[in-house]
Amino acid sequence: MNANRGEFRTPLKQARGLGSAKDGTGHFLWQRVTAIALVLAGAWLLGLLLSLASADYAHARMMVADPFNATVLVAFLIAACWHAKLGMQVVIEDYVHAPLFAGIAHLANIFFCALAAIAGVLAVVRIALGA
Amino acid sequence: MSTRERPLSPHLQVYRWQVQMVTSILHRATGIVLAVGLIGLVWGMLALAAGPERWAAFTACAGSPFGKIVLFGFSWALAFHLINGIRHLVQDAGQGYAIPEFVRSSWLSIIGSFVLVALAWGVVLAHWGHA
Repeated sequence: MNANRGEFRTPLKQARGLGSAKDGTGHFLWQRVTAIALVLAGAWLLGLLLSLASADYAHARMMVADPFNATVLVAFLIAACWHAKLGMQVVIEDYVHAPLFAGIAHLANIFFCALAAIAGVLAVVRIALGA
Repeated sequence: MSTRERPLSPHLQVYRWQVQMVTSILHRATGIVLAVGLIGLVWGMLALAAGPERWAAFTACAGSPFGKIVLFGFSWALAFHLINGIRHLVQDAGQGYAIPEFVRSSWLSIIGSFVLVALAWGVVLAHWGHA
């Protein structure tokens, strides 16, 4: 650990332990990783959705149950919910300043995105396994 | 202690509208819309997993006049966020920052989003005619 670390901060600032959370780069990178995944999976999903438009129930279920389709669909759902969580987090950080409301908004965002991912993946797995 | 009028940094309202502002604002706005739209995607997957009755209810909702308007809105938001997102990935790689390129790629995002939506809905409507 560098002995000069924090030299330019006032003692009060150090005592409060504020400053960068040191995880901004991770946020940036995962937003890009999920974005690239979504471009690839989204192109495939667009094709599937267009062919689902005229499909009846049995055909739609059969197409989602296809192992490759189900794999890409699960990947898309996870990447989409993760990407949405990261994006909405930035929106909340930018616009919601009251600590209480910001905390509630961040919690709601995390819970919403996690539940959407879990519910979506479970539904696709049920279809893929024929349950 | 008397408070002095202090200079404020300029904000949105003092700038002349430029297309780069439009794409930037639309990217965030469509991102929020798409995060909410995850509900629709997960709802569809849950309906497909739950059985023919639930799927019929879902497709009846999605196919109603109001549902079609909402679907059209989501499809445009997805098309714009997708194309402008690819533009952002290119910029993350350090490309396209010269002002003329920046303006041109902004227009490409806007016009491209409408072209992509028109193509997708053209395919859907053509399929519906045959179904």
